[in-house]
This record gives sequence, C-alpha cells and structure tokens, in this order.
Amino acid sequence: MNKPDIIPEPMPADYATDQEVRWCPGCGDFAVLNQMRKVLASIKAKRENTVFISGIGCASRFPYYLDTYGLHGIHGRAPAIATGLKRMRPELDVWVVTGDGDGLSIGVGHLVHALRRNVNVKILLFNNRVYGLTKGQFSPTSFPGQISRSTPFGSVLEPLNALTTAIAANASFVARAVDTQADTLSEVLHRAAAHKGSVFVEIYQNCHVFNDGVFEYAKDKKTRADHVVELADGQPMVFGANRDKGLRQKGFGLEVVSLGDGVTEGDLVVHDEQAAEPTLAHLLAAMRHPEMPEAIGVLRAVERPTQNELMGKGDAPMKTQEEADRDLETLLKGKDSWVVE
Amino acid sequence: MNDAPSNNTKAMTRVTHKPVAERRAVVVRFCGDSGDGMQVAGAQLTYTSALAGNDIATFPDFPAEIRAPRGTLAGVSGFQIQFAADEVLTPGDEVDALVAMNPAALKTNVSWLKPGATVIVDDDAFDDRGLRHAGYDANPLEDGSLEGFDVLRAPVTSLTKEAVAETGLGRKDAERCRNFFALGLVYWLFGRDMQPTLDSIEAKFGEAEGGAVAAGARKALNAGWSYGETTEALERSYIVPAAKLPPGRYRNLTGNEALVLGLIAAARLSNKTVFYAAYPITPASDILHHLARQRAQGVRTFQAEDEIASVTACIGAAFGGAMAVTGSSGPGIALKAEALGLAVMLELPMIVIDVQRGGPSTGLPTKPEQTDLLLAMFGRSGEAPMPVLAPAGPGDCFDTMIEAWRIATRLMTPVMVLSDAFTANGAEPWRVPELSELERIPVTHPETPPEDGPFKPYSRDEMLARPWAVPGTPGLEHRIGGLEKKDGTGNISYDPANHQHMTDTRARKVENAQALIPDLEVFGPETGDVLVLGWGGTFGACREAVQIARTEGLSVAHAQLRHLNPFPKNMRDILGNYRHVLVPELNSGQLSAVIRARLEVPARSLSKVQGRPFTVHEILTRIRELCAGETTA
Ligand code: SF4
Repeated sequence: MNKPDIIPEPMPADYATDQEVRWCPGCGDFAVLNQMRKVLASIKAKRENTVFISGIGCASRFPYYLDTYGLHGIHGRAPAIATGLKRMRPELDVWVVTGDGDGLSIGVGHLVHALRRNVNVKILLFNNRVYGLTKGQFSPTSFPGQISRSTPFGSVLEPLNALTTAIAANASFVARAVDTQADTLSEVLHRAAAHKGSVFVEIYQNCHVFNDGVFEYAKDKKTRADHVVELADGQPMVFGANRDKGLRQKGFGLEVVSLGDGVTEGDLVVHDEQAAEPTLAHLLAAMRHPEMPEAIGVLRAVERPTQNELMGKGDAPMKTQEEADRDLETLLKGKDSWVVE
Repeated sequence: MNDAPSNNTKAMTRVTHKPVAERRAVVVRFCGDSGDGMQVAGAQLTYTSALAGNDIATFPDFPAEIRAPRGTLAGVSGFQIQFAADEVLTPGDEVDALVAMNPAALKTNVSWLKPGATVIVDDDAFDDRGLRHAGYDANPLEDGSLEGFDVLRAPVTSLTKEAVAETGLGRKDAERCRNFFALGLVYWLFGRDMQPTLDSIEAKFGEAEGGAVAAGARKALNAGWSYGETTEALERSYIVPAAKLPPGRYRNLTGNEALVLGLIAAARLSNKTVFYAAYPITPASDILHHLARQRAQGVRTFQAEDEIASVTACIGAAFGGAMAVTGSSGPGIALKAEALGLAVMLELPMIVIDVQRGGPSTGLPTKPEQTDLLLAMFGRSGEAPMPVLAPAGPGDCFDTMIEAWRIATRLMTPVMVLSDAFTANGAEPWRVPELSELERIPVTHPETPPEDGPFKPYSRDEMLARPWAVPGTPGLEHRIGGLEKKDGTGNISYDPANHQHMTDTRARKVENAQALIPDLEVFGPETGDVLVLGWGGTFGACREAVQIARTEGLSVAHAQLRHLNPFPKNMRDILGNYRHVLVPELNSGQLSAVIRARLEVPARSLSKVQGRPFTVHEILTRIRELCAGETTA
C-alpha cells in the first residue's frame, strides 16, 4: 500500500516501516527509535526529504525501521556518506545514527571532520560502552576494569569521551540524553532537528546483553537526580534529589558544593549554551560519574556557517541548457587552441 | 595555420643566418634539478611545437622527492618530447638533443642518448661541487666519456646572469631564469618561434617584482637564442616540417587535463553536476586541482579527510542523484576497496579513477606502472565485479570518461578507470570535438510510485539495472544498505537461493556492458603470426613497434584494449586469428593471466616493472623473436 504523499497530521506510526525490528528484548535502542518516530511526527517531518544514514553496529539498523529514505553503510563511514549527500542535496534533512564503536573507533576520523565542517547533519551516537553486534568486546568508551570477551581480565585503558571529542572538533551543537528518559531525549531531539549546523548527540544506551546496567546511575529514577545535572540555558547548575547541590567554579574547573551554609545559587555557574568559547561545554562534558554528576541536555548550541553556506557560495548558478552547452564548448576549446585547415 | 591569441604585439620572429637542415622527427630531453624549471621549459617547447604544426608526444619524468638536495641524482627532473612531421605515438626511445643543467642530470640521462646526439650542458655547473654531488670522480666533459656525442659546453649560468643584469633581479631570481636561456638555445636549434613563449611569460609573471621577473625571463630566452646563433660550436640548426593532422581545432592536453574535460562533458551530456571527492595522492592530485578551478562549470570538489571518506562521500552524493567521481592511485584504491564493495551492493553509479603508479605500498610514486589491473577487477571482498576501462593515451582520457559515465548510469554500477602516471602527465595534441559530435547520456529518475504496490528499489530493467530513485521524491522512500537484499523489494534477505541469484545478477549486469561497448578493432592484417594486444597507456609503443615490424614485412597486427572488464564481444574470435598473442604490460603479466583464464587463449606476456614505459625497441624485439622462430605457443 502506498502512503499518501502528504500526511497533514502525521502520527509516529506513519514513520514506521513494515520491517520487523530486530534488537534484543530490553535493548535501549527501542526507546530511542520510538522517541525518534514521535519527534518526526511532532515536527511534521516530510518523509521524502528525510534521510537516515548509518554505519555498522546494533544502532546502525535504525534506517531500516524508519519509512524515510535510508542508507545502511559500512563501518564508521556514515558521517562521510552524509557529507557527500548533504553537499549535493542541501535541502534534505540528514540524520546519522552511529555507536561508540562505529563513531568513536573505526569512524572517529569522519566524525570529527563532519563536525568541524559543520555539515548540517544530525549525528546521534548511541553509546553503550561495548560492541554489541560482534558480541561483547570492549569499546573505546569502556571504562578501566570492564570485563568483556576481549578483556577477560578487565579493560585497563582510558576511554575516549564522546562529548569532549565533539567539542574539540568545534561541533556547533553538543548534547547528551539517556535512552529511556523520554522528556530530555525528546527535547534534545527536537532541538537537534531545529539546529542549523552539525549536531552531535550522545545517547546513553543500555546494552541489555553485553553491558547491562552500565548507565543505571543515570537511569534509575530513585538515584538519577543525584548523579546527573540537567542543563538549562541561563540557569544556575543545581542538581540532587532535593535540589541542594550545585556546580561552582574552582580554579580552571568545576566542583560540587552543597547549597546552604552561606553557599547560594548565586555562587553557582550559570549555563551558557551559546558561549563562543567552548570552555564551559568542555568542563561539563568532562564530568564523570561517580566523582561528578554527568551533564544531560544541551551543552553547546552556537551558530556558525555551515559547509554548504561556505562552499555553496562558489557554486555555479543554474544555467539554461544553451548556456551550459556554450560554456562547455568554450571550456573544451581552451585558451590556446589552434586550427588545422 | 594557427590563430592562437597573441597579445604581445612586438613581433619577435628572429631568423637564423646559419644553414638549416630538415629532420622528420626530433626527441629533446630537458633535465636538471627539480627546482631548475625543466617542466616549464618542456611545456613551453611542447606548446610552441604544437603551434608549429608538429605532432607531439611528451613524457615528464618527475623525481619522487619534491626537494631532494640540490645537484644530487635523486633530485633530477626530466621532460622529454618528440615532435615530428609525421604521426608521433611515443615520446621516443632515444634522445637527439639533451639539455643537462648539472652533472647529476647528465649522469642520470646519458644512457638515453642516440649515437651522435647533441648534448647541451651548463658548463658553469660542472665545478668540483657539482661533480662531487653527482658522484663523478672525473669531469665527464673532459675525460672522453662523451665521445661520439656532439657536446656543447655553454656557460648557461654566467650568460643568464649577464643577460638579466639590468633587470635588477637578485642572484637567486636571476639564476631561476637559466631554464629560459636553455629554452632559447633549443628554440634556435630547432627554429622555433619565440613569440608564444614571450606571451606566456607575460601572462604568467606579468608585474611580479615590478615586471623584473618577466623581463628577466624574456632576456634569458633571447640570450639563449643569440648564443645559438653566434657560438661557433653550432654549425647549423634544424627544422621539422608541420605534420599533416586531420583538419580541426586542436589543443595540447595532458591525460589528467583530458580526464577533467571528459568528466565535465559527461556531466553536461547527462544534465548532471560533477561531485569529485578525493584525497591528495601522486599522480592523481592534478585531477583535483584542475576540477577545483571549474566551479563555474558546476563542478563541486571535496578534499576529504582520507581516501575512504572520499569514496563514501561519493556514495552519499550518488544516492542523492549526483555524478559522483573519486580518483586516486593504487594505495588509495586499496583503501577504498570496502566502500567500492558497498557501491556494488547499492548498485549506484559512480566513476573511480586509478592513476596507477609504481607499487606495492608507496613504491615509486611518480613513475608509471600498470600493476593495479587485478586490484581493479577483483580487489574487493566477496564477489564485487565492476566494469573496468583504460584510456589509450592522454587524449583518449576524454572519451573514456564519457563512456565510463554512460556505462555507470545505464547499468547502475561503479566503473573503474585505469590511467597511469605516463598517460596522466604526458601530453599530445587533442582535436577539440564539437558538442554535436558527442552523444547525450540519457539519465532518468523515477518520479512517481508504481500504481500496483510499493516502490521496488531493486526491480530491474532489461539490462538488469535498478531504478535510480533519489531522496526528495515523495512516495519512493526506500532503504538500501550493504546487507544482502532480496531482488525486487531490496529488503534484507539471508535466503541462500536469493544470495546466489543476486551474486549472479550483479555479475551478469556487468557482463551486459558488452552491449554498450564497441568491438575490439585491429590495426593490420586480420590473421597472422602475432597480434600485439596492449592496454591503456602502452598504446603508442605498441602501435609504433607494430608499424615498424610491418615495414620489415612481418605478419603482425595491433589491438589496444580499452575494455578490460567485460572484454569486447569479439575478443576471443580476434585473438584466435593469430599464432601468437603478445601482451606487453607494465606488470608481471596480469592481463595475460586474465585472458588465459577467461578466454583460454595462451596469451604471452611481455612484462616490464621498472617504473618506466616500454620503449618501442623492447616490443619490436619481442615481435621479431616471435615471428622468427617459435611456432608453438
Ligand atoms: S546486543 Fe546490546 S545493543 Fe545490540 S541489540 Fe542486543 S541489547 Fe541492543
């Protein structure tokens, strides 16, 4: 059955394909997929103008489950595929779905360059700190001590921080959300859709099979308020179940303080998404559980010219067939031809 | 006979008063340090020779290192040109006139000299230091080792400095004009008009240093000419009459330049925009450089972060409906292999250019080889066939690009084009086609969903091509990917029978290119002792060797294969008409192995892997051997 071209009030189900969703029961990917469909419906995304591009990994199955245009690529290369598409078709809304192995290991080179170029694609990185599709090896975001099939005695090396990497690449939009935490995920995806420029969203995603519970501190309704700070632009950084803790500047860094005893909200750092310098965003991105609360929400949202705005200036204007033919003839002839009679 | 623009009105046609002798063909080789401007001198002589109506072929021979220590053997840069009154197919096996700007240049090039050749050296550069750098124990100009050659010891450096003294150029800039002095001397020796070069100097240097650079170059050129006219060491000059080229408008093109024009023309003929994504690599970078200047023609270039990004960006652009092209050399093509497998799986059109160089690994980055044939044909995981084409020389690069795009779009497949360092950098006169001579390339994208059910991205036409539906088209939303897919719907499928069917279909589709390509053409007798079957950049050497062999009465023909996969329909029949099939190739026998395997014809390989093109002599010798004795394969 063909769907009508224009659906006036689209529903999330309008963005679903007839393909059976094949993730393990309990996988965090389901929640993100559902949220994505809701957001697409809410922004009335035109299916024909929306493209999802992915690499390889559990998350990279995403395009098959969205009734838009989609391209399931090869490991790590989705940002480069998206860059080529967007360069030639700037009017399309292009999303990239990647994971910690796909985006931060084999494909990290493409990721940072897509962000640097401000290609105007929305990159969603599902971070589960493990290789799922290949069945349980440690990933570049695994923490020291993580037991995996390829680290039977525990991983020993420092992980790569997805958000500081994105900020180092001068990403114009940087955010973090949690798979099952619908409100922030929805808000972040809405903001991502609206942002002009390259978007980088890290989504904490539970791999139920190979790394279950790794984000429990940020997901568990009872404890999460003490372990994450939800960012609000222009607001002081308060967190905790009783909203009695905050972040204060200390030297070149941040420290956790308890409110009261002479410490007031006025002493806390105020969030500024649009700060031209990425220093604050970097400090927030670097905060790591359990020493610090982890930042959830939009860390950085600045305006800077996109790849197409910068490179598109040199693009040739549309020509008529005759003009184009004439230009080609002139080009072929060159400036130094001669005629043999 | 030429109407090249001449904006410098001070006519500079100087006439010699010494005797002039006529020659049918001359080979000149400039060589010097990589900073000595030998490529500039070579390009100028090429241009003026072409304007004089000669047929030409050139061979720029670059050192691997950009700036090797001055005066060393590693830093020698050469430029060889053959200009002639008759058809020219190669830059020539041996040199008639060598210009050596220093001892290292002489040492590395003396072996190319014809007996009795003229050797022009910069005498000033043959001092103790220069000789030591080149590793000479004794001065070769004085120890009799150049006996049998006509050696002209010209004090090029000091005469250049003298000539440019009044321009006020500093010592360094003054010395940079040495190449123009040498060029002026060569212009005298071969009766060349200096005006086109004077115009180029004006255009290139214009007002640099208040016009002093242009003035210096002009004065050096003139001084070189005058030296030739006055030195008693040169008794006569030579003239090579104009060749009889078919009528038309001509220009001089290198292979890489012709590729670029071919791509732009193919885009125009199909109403597409060129998206060229590449990562810098010798000897393919010039394609990127030339295309980057063609924004006004609608070209969009993308210098990617690496080879893989360049080809995957092409996949994205092709998905979006653009004419996607990537280019590289062997090491880069190896890196693109996985993505090319994806492009085969996605059945998207694109062109992949491999300007082959000496390998493996970094190998000989500036030198020609044809060692990537099997990589192009088979170098991907799984069975991922694609059409493979190879242009037969610089000018043919133009037509090959148009043909590659026609095949790519008609069959929805990536197409590999194998150029090489020799073809890419060599130049020849190219007849400029009229637009009306070029056939349009019809490309369509479906615009509406089928009446009878959902759109099927892997439905196929009679050539087995799938529809090229592009994002932005309502009702045709679909997902494609690297997983095996069910024919028709394109949905993921692990069905064994379907995988067999899809593997066969992808192969048959590429075979269908046979219907789009011309038959193999033979030059010479239809049957005989030997068929020389060349491919790609060996065209000139093969053809010339066969021409000479035929004047010797030998029963030999030549065919140059542009279509390496699939082979032309008539290929097996043709090969069967000769007692021997000789395949000269700059590798260890790759094409002959494929011919043996696919056509079961006992092709004989003439192999050379030295980072140098074939000489005519090498091929001719083998033809004579085959004709002379061996009767069995
Ligand atoms: S392996 Fe982990 S990430 Fe992959 S589908 Fe299963 S639960 Fe999800």
